[in-house]
Amino acid sequence: MKQLALVIDLNVCVGCHACVTSCKEWNTSGSAGFMSDYNPYEKDPTGTFFNRVQTFEVGEFPNTQTVHFPKSCLHCEDPPCVPVCPTGASYKRPEDGIVLVDYDKCIGCKYCSWACPYGARELDESQKVMKKCTLCVDRIYDEALPESERKPACVLACPTSARLFGDVNDPESSVSVNIRENGGYQLMPEWGTKPANHYLPRRQTSITIHKDELTRVDNPLKKERQLPMPGKDEQTLDDITSW
Amino acid sequence: MHPAFSVIFLTTLIGAGQGLFLALYTGQLYSAFNVLPIQDSHTFYGIGSLIAFLFLCAGLFASFFHLGHPERAWRSAAMWRTSWLSREVIVLPAFIATTMIYGIVHYFDLNPVLFTLGGAFPVDLSLLIGAVNTALAFLLFICTGMIYACIKFLQEWASPLTVINFILLGTASGFTLAALFSAVANSGLVGFYAGWAIIITTLAFVSRAASLLRNRQIKYKSSLATAIGIRHSSIQQKSRGFMAGSFNTREYFHGASQWFMKSIKWVFLVLVFAIPLALLSIGLNQVSLTLLVLAFVAQYTGLIAERWFFFAQANHPQNLYYQTI
Amino acid sequence: MSKPLHDPLSRSIDESSRIEVKNTTCYMCACRCGIRVTIRDGDVRYIEGNPEHPLNKGVICAKGASGIMKQYSPARLTQPLMRKAGSDRGAGAFEVVSWEKAFGILEERLANIRHTDPKQFALFTGRDQMQALTGLFAKQFGTPNYAAHGGFCSVNMAAGMIYTIGGSFWEFGGPDLQRSKLFVMIGTAEDHHSNPMKIELSKFKRNGGKFIAINPVRSGYAAIADEWVPIKPGTDGALLMALINEIIKQGLYDRDFLVKYSNSAELVNMDEASSEHGMFVRHEVPKEEGCFDPQNKLWWDRELNKPVIMHSEDSDPYLLGEFKLDDNTPVKTAFQLLVDRVKDYTPEWAAKITGIPADTIKRLAYEMGITARDEKIELPIAWTDTWGKEHDRITGNPVAFHAMRGLAAHSNGFQTIRSLSILMSILGTIDRPGGFRHKAPFPRPIPPCAKTPTGPEAVQPDTPLDGMPLGWPADPDDLFVDDNGEPVRIDKAFSWEYPLAVHGLMHNVITNAWRGDPYKIDTLLIFMANMAWNSSMNTEQVRHMLNDKDDNGEYKIPFIAVCDAFESEMVSFADLILPDTTYLERHDVMSMLDRPISEFDGPVDSVRIPVVPPTGECKPFQDVLIELGSRLKLPAFVNTDGNRKFRDYPDFVVNYETAPGSGIGFLAGWRGKGGEKFMKGEPNPKQWEMYEKNNCVFHYELPRSYQYMRNWNQGYLEWAKRHSLTRYAEPINIHIYSEVLQKFRLAAQGKSDGKQPPEHLRSRIDEHFDPLPFFSEPLETLSTDLRKYPLNAITQRPMAMYHSWDSQNAWLRQIHTHNYLHVNPKTARAANIEDGGWIWVESMHGKVRCMCRYSEAVEPGTVWTWNAIGKASGTWGLSQNANESNKGFLLNHLISEELPARSDGAKFSNSDPITGQAGWYDVRVRIYPVAAGEPEETYPQFTATAPMPNAKRKPSHWLKYFAGGRKS
Ligand SMILES: Nc1nc2c(c(=O)[nH]1)N[C@H]1C(S)=C(S)[C@@H](COP(=O)(O)OP(=O)(O)OC[C@H]3O[C@@H](n4cnc5c(=O)[nH]c(N)nc54)[C@H](O)[C@@H]3O)O[C@H]1N2
Ligand SMILES: Nc1nc2c(c(=O)[nH]1)N[C@H]1C(S)=C(S)[C@@H](COP(=O)(O)OP(=O)(O)OC[C@H]3O[C@@H](n4cnc5c(=O)[nH]c(N)nc54)[C@H](O)[C@@H]3O)O[C@H]1N2
Ligand code: SF4
Ligand code: SF4
Ligand code: SF4
Ligand code: SF4
Ligand code: SF4
Ligand SMILES: [Mo]
Repeated sequence: MKQLALVIDLNVCVGCHACVTSCKEWNTSGSAGFMSDYNPYEKDPTGTFFNRVQTFEVGEFPNTQTVHFPKSCLHCEDPPCVPVCPTGASYKRPEDGIVLVDYDKCIGCKYCSWACPYGARELDESQKVMKKCTLCVDRIYDEALPESERKPACVLACPTSARLFGDVNDPESSVSVNIRENGGYQLMPEWGTKPANHYLPRRQTSITIHKDELTRVDNPLKKERQLPMPGKDEQTLDDITSW
Repeated sequence: MHPAFSVIFLTTLIGAGQGLFLALYTGQLYSAFNVLPIQDSHTFYGIGSLIAFLFLCAGLFASFFHLGHPERAWRSAAMWRTSWLSREVIVLPAFIATTMIYGIVHYFDLNPVLFTLGGAFPVDLSLLIGAVNTALAFLLFICTGMIYACIKFLQEWASPLTVINFILLGTASGFTLAALFSAVANSGLVGFYAGWAIIITTLAFVSRAASLLRNRQIKYKSSLATAIGIRHSSIQQKSRGFMAGSFNTREYFHGASQWFMKSIKWVFLVLVFAIPLALLSIGLNQVSLTLLVLAFVAQYTGLIAERWFFFAQANHPQNLYYQTI
Repeated sequence: MSKPLHDPLSRSIDESSRIEVKNTTCYMCACRCGIRVTIRDGDVRYIEGNPEHPLNKGVICAKGASGIMKQYSPARLTQPLMRKAGSDRGAGAFEVVSWEKAFGILEERLANIRHTDPKQFALFTGRDQMQALTGLFAKQFGTPNYAAHGGFCSVNMAAGMIYTIGGSFWEFGGPDLQRSKLFVMIGTAEDHHSNPMKIELSKFKRNGGKFIAINPVRSGYAAIADEWVPIKPGTDGALLMALINEIIKQGLYDRDFLVKYSNSAELVNMDEASSEHGMFVRHEVPKEEGCFDPQNKLWWDRELNKPVIMHSEDSDPYLLGEFKLDDNTPVKTAFQLLVDRVKDYTPEWAAKITGIPADTIKRLAYEMGITARDEKIELPIAWTDTWGKEHDRITGNPVAFHAMRGLAAHSNGFQTIRSLSILMSILGTIDRPGGFRHKAPFPRPIPPCAKTPTGPEAVQPDTPLDGMPLGWPADPDDLFVDDNGEPVRIDKAFSWEYPLAVHGLMHNVITNAWRGDPYKIDTLLIFMANMAWNSSMNTEQVRHMLNDKDDNGEYKIPFIAVCDAFESEMVSFADLILPDTTYLERHDVMSMLDRPISEFDGPVDSVRIPVVPPTGECKPFQDVLIELGSRLKLPAFVNTDGNRKFRDYPDFVVNYETAPGSGIGFLAGWRGKGGEKFMKGEPNPKQWEMYEKNNCVFHYELPRSYQYMRNWNQGYLEWAKRHSLTRYAEPINIHIYSEVLQKFRLAAQGKSDGKQPPEHLRSRIDEHFDPLPFFSEPLETLSTDLRKYPLNAITQRPMAMYHSWDSQNAWLRQIHTHNYLHVNPKTARAANIEDGGWIWVESMHGKVRCMCRYSEAVEPGTVWTWNAIGKASGTWGLSQNANESNKGFLLNHLISEELPARSDGAKFSNSDPITGQAGWYDVRVRIYPVAAGEPEETYPQFTATAPMPNAKRKPSHWLKYFAGGRKS
């Protein structure tokens, strides 16, 4: 069965937040819109976002890794947020595995968000309905867009192409290949939610230098070696001895 | 979790309502078996049911404050196959309605004997309705409890103790209320209800204490390492991606201090268990309205604190992602 | 599952809505990506990267994707405003005036100044990219007092590299990450090449390259580095010199490259008594004097064992050695001088200064050297060098560097950047695949030809300035000083204090004007710079200076006009506010005459075309300048009959030529009557349409054989000459040894005949104008009591904020609502400071109160914060209690624009003594917890600025943006 998802490559994510705001701008005027903001120009501005980029530090100085970590709904294959919803507003599309909220059914009871271990859902405090990443369902099937742009807004935005999009159940898809080859993993596997979104870990490239590589036959320094020649008026043995 | 008063009131009020109904019905059963004197249908069961009904309605009313779109609340019955919340949404009105019918049957004496069991035990309509409603009461307790207990990663809640607590605490408050009510109604059942209230409150104490102890030992399955998938002993969040708060910080953090949490725990232990037990014990010997009023008020107030604590204590794994501004 | 009620695929608005998609260029930052803007019923619906744009190839960043919130920001200025008579500057009491009145005021004032003393008018501009026009306006007006933000930004980067390799990072060149194998990024957080850098960085990593970040802090780009090398701020010079030392010691340098393409083998006169001491020995005077390096210096031939003219046929010179000429003049090769210089700069020595272990330094040197040597790239591209020699291939050494303000923003930055350029050169990585690559119009001669006037007589009433306001001095005679050697410019650029201040010293303008040193000015026009806040050092004092009056009750700076688009801190200090349009509302050009967006493979320029109409009465500043230029009858803006020449800016862009008939204008694409020419050609009335049709970009891809080795590529240089990018097609040899600097030193030593520095500056020039890089601590460090203020304090740019612009942006401000001081836990604990606790940060100039955030990703001797998140209360359309002003703070309060006075009383800017680059990252601080009972609020606080009279109404607590109106 088809399962669309994002695969996020932590090895190249620089934490630029492009995916955060491009998601907001696409969705605020889209089928999930608006995405309200409270106190936009006052103290404590806060609003609805489907995607957040967080920063973690791993290890201690100087062996520190700074990890930028984007997170949106993981479109779990076994999403605990769906069965708990009393109205059926939360649902998983059978055709592509996208987990959605039906804004016209949702009563804003928040129960689904309690049932999401990842904190991926946000109640829009102005519309009073639950919202979350839609995988840009209103983009990816939009035939008015050229094929190459039928991708989530965040994926198109991401300057490092750290966000890959595709069917994780199709073993040939680029996302599946990446998961396989680059050690893709899921978040909080302990709850059996089987998140469709995967993360690719940090990978490290290093250079090995063998000692003998340091010296080479045609070391340019050799070329510069001027054999020392004493000047004509400097002393030689001739000046001292006569036999 | 951030405790929401709508839900605190919902669960405590309907718990008391359910408990009161169970108390009434227990009384009726005892009477049917002639263990207790028969009570006046009109004043005792009729008014008693009305009180239960009022508690239930108040609870229902409170629940609407929890909803973003109360006008769509009717939709929430749809998913009873999978959702405990949906089930609760079906059972609660059913229980309210049945309680109401139970009261009406009593109040207006529409209570024909339907048949006689074993030739000696007449079963009237109210007894039958009461039996059905008792099942509904328990079902409702289970639904309510399971709403919380079924979320497996809310480890403080994911335990049969959650359901048992809901049953026992609701029933205890209902029986205490019943004791008070019988004192007001001058029914002579004060001792009976107070006695049961003491027993159930004690049981509730045992199970609530068990859950407190259990929760103290919880080893959380999720950690920052599983949350972000990096195995390392030293991981710290440096930014959660926004600064002034979001739904995720408002809904899942109670924001209270450790000290406050501890205090609330002791407050509810004293209010829900110690004081009512003491007052009810005194009430066993000398009927004093004031004492019983105090007992119920203390216990109900305590339950509000207990429920606050119940929510606040639940540590949502999503919080791992929202540690540092 | 029942059928959803809400169709998730639904178009969110009825079909009748009017949808338009237009291309333009982003200006949420200086990177200038191509964007596609979707407009729905007149509202901006969506801004995305333009997939067909060469720069960003469809991607966008957090800022770019938040443009909607900039466009509709309540902080926007929408009408011209005048300070209310009697109110203080900074208080924010304004009244609305008409444009006619605003122009009237300016015209009268400026006409008067121009008629009497044009230098009384100063025009300084910030983060704009229209220096072609602003510079032209200043020159035409006749004032020398013009510069843009470069002086406080990264002039060290530009100057240090351009004076060494003829091009630089910044907009003028960059690392070729497509082919590189090892990439070393030094002191860069998020620079002008924002999206392209991210695109390339991830490709580079995915291709298996190794990425090393040298930075006191690990964030942003450095986060994904394969190796993080924490370094103490201001010490990179030591590291780079040690790397050079080790690479030479191991023989890992590219000898062939150095011999042919740099001045390494050229012989330097070592006769201390000679007036030519330290100069290259020349064979004969060149046939033609010009702005290029004549090829008349000497090599010492190995076979003949005697001097020969450089690049003699088949000559193989010594790269090292000292010799005696026939006339007994002792000479050394430039490279020998470099070797002598770095001799004591060992890794062990550098380890103590930089905090980087010596073994790491050695390993870095080996990794660089061996990768460069053993991973050689060969491309089958034939090319011909300027000496006429044909080559059948282009080779490259795949080690690339990138550096920015982490090197530049120190007062020792120029020499540090020289040492970086030299490191890159000895590795043989200049304009070769896998290394550093130029972008048109670079490479340019060392130094480029543009020159300022050389004396006060260039400034005359009612006359354009005789020369450029900014230029590239090649020797002391090029300085812009009077007969006493005193500065002509208000910022003292091109004086003996900051001789190579090629971008001016904007950070000293207000202080100098206020003090009347070197003179007073009348009118200060600021465009797009927040000088009352984040682009000033010593911000609190500067705000005072802006509002300070003399004994007669007159303002010390009599008139301040500000053109801005938003309610910034600076705007509130203006006497006259000119409301600018946003980038979505105006025509702009990213011109070859300024800083285009060229690619490695050829010149690229681009335009902005309005996608929505101007808000309120906003007027593009370009139109304002053209209007003023016409009213003042500046020659470039009027016909010979004195009538207005250009209708507006678009008209100007099409029709203006740098000289009548030159064919050079602001845009290089589609020139010629029908758009058939490029780079130069007659004006084309349809030029804008052609840009519009082509994604707003003109991109000329050079023939492959012109794309590399451009300093010495005959084909390229002749092409550049033919298309008027350069005047000469002469080789641009790398200046390992800088004769330009030596000329200043000779003047300081009294050995040369030309202009002489004032006595009190001789030793300063002598010390700093060293023709070879040397390491010394930054000036501020040298004058700080380091026992008292042990820590380095620096700032970084957050990727999701542009300077002070974005606190008005409802989306971006949620990401950075306030800032912390990031401190290594070890350092913090030692000072009894808790994570999240309130602290004092104190330098010898001032102190701020802020919150501390523990971080393991910062070197323990350094503390840092995000730049310009803190705001003054009441500005930027924010409520007075906004987090930005209560919890956010500005590090600038700790940094002084002037160094402590020298013992002889001389005052110098806190800047690089060579270029005048502001030394932002030199400040030293100490930190300690606040005392009990102190308010939990940042310090200093300023009286809240009153809201502007024409402030757009803010949405009440809710912002529910939905373009084109809510669906029914
Ligand atoms: N402590 C510290 N201070 C620093 C730095 C640092 O690293 N540390 N960096 C320095 C550097 S490199 C720089 S470049 C400066 C930047 O400092 P500034 O040049 O002051 O930059 P901005 O904050 O971007 O403010 C420029 C002004 O442009 C206005 N503006 C924005 N868009 C438009 C427009 O379309 N039209 C007009 N007319 N105005 C507009 C904004 O409202 C703002 O008032 O800061 C410097 N200050
Ligand atoms: N998002 C965003 N992008 C921007 C801007 C912005 O405001 N926001 N501003 C634009 C402007 S005007 C500019 S000038 C560029 C500047 O671009 P950058 O040069 O990247 O800017 P800074 O943030 O000053 O970064 C300086 C980096 O150098 C490090 N550093 C400081 N001192 C030292 C040192 O002594 N040695 C070393 N090795 N590292 C050091 C700091 O930790 C920091 O990482 O960015 C441009 N791009
Ligand atoms: S846009 Fe890409 S690089 Fe930027 S934060 Fe999101 S995932 Fe990371
Ligand atoms: S991440 Fe959360 S909201 Fe998304 S599908 Fe999984 S459980 Fe549901
Ligand atoms: S908030 Fe909406 S989507 Fe979530 S459980 Fe309640 S009704 Fe379902
Ligand atoms: S897929 Fe769409 S909705 Fe989901 S995070 Fe990306 S942009 Fe937002
Ligand atoms: S990098 Fe700069 S120009 Fe490019 S999209 Fe971002 S803000 Fe706009
Ligand atoms: Mo800058």
